[in-house]
Amino acid sequence: MMDKNEMTLEFESKSQNESFARTVVAAFATQLDPTIEELADIKTAVSEAVTNAIIHGYMNTIGKIRMHCIISGNELTVEIQDEGVGIENIEKAMEPLYTTRPELERSGMGFSFMEAFMDDLEVESELGKGTLVRMRKKVGKIDKVKEYTQEANQKVV
Amino acid sequence: MQDARKLNHGSQSINEDGVTYDIYQRCLVIRLSKELDHHNALRIREKADKLIDRNNIKHIIFDFSDAGFMDSAGIGVIMGRYRKVIFIGGKTAVAGVSSTVDRIFRLSGLYKIIDKYDTVEAALKTMQSS
Repeated sequence: MMDKNEMTLEFESKSQNESFARTVVAAFATQLDPTIEELADIKTAVSEAVTNAIIHGYMNTIGKIRMHCIISGNELTVEIQDEGVGIENIEKAMEPLYTTRPELERSGMGFSFMEAFMDDLEVESELGKGTLVRMRKKVGKIDKVKEYTQEANQKVV
Repeated sequence: MQDARKLNHGSQSINEDGVTYDIYQRCLVIRLSKELDHHNALRIREKADKLIDRNNIKHIIFDFSDAGFMDSAGIGVIMGRYRKVIFIGGKTAVAGVSSTVDRIFRLSGLYKIIDKYDTVEAALKTMQSS
């Protein structure tokens, strides 16, 4: 069974859309029957990526942020894309505690949280063109249920 | 919450945008009842700093009992206030931390510099006597 589902959302890079974006992804992810902890993980990761697009990508000017979510089996993929300034040095940007905006009290933990709370993180960026953040996470108890069913079947046989 | 108020006569309480700021002597208690993201962080930071400067605040306690969500912007808010009071020998603490918020604190290494208490009352008791 390979259930697939997709959705795309485009919104302006305004800070009040941070909570909107993470709530939408969380609502979309509920069909995977996630645990409360998994939902919190996803919301935090999405919030970090969207905030980065607003503060760093568009530097607090108004642009469009595109969010693309894919459910494939029990895996959720979230892509967050902006057409902002891009990241000069991705490796450096991903270092824990590194921030280009200390005056905004940015803790430099954004990418670290995305990495910690999702299974996989990819960042594509080009100066002057924008940034795409792709995160993947296996969600829900489907795997466990399958294991249990298999076990049960084997026992019956 | 009620006990702390009874304990400290003449305290000042301000509610702004769903965040309550209580002042007990030189302690500022920030009770977060909304989501602590970058959007809300800006205003909380401004309001807290005003209160810290005007009331000669030494210690700060962040109460997460009613807070639903937090991301790295929350770490920034706490760290920023910590830096503000550390120079005058003040302390910063967190209380009422849920398991999801706790994970974020642990991951960020915040507990190396900030104390965690079960309740605001416990934090107040320790901080006011120091």
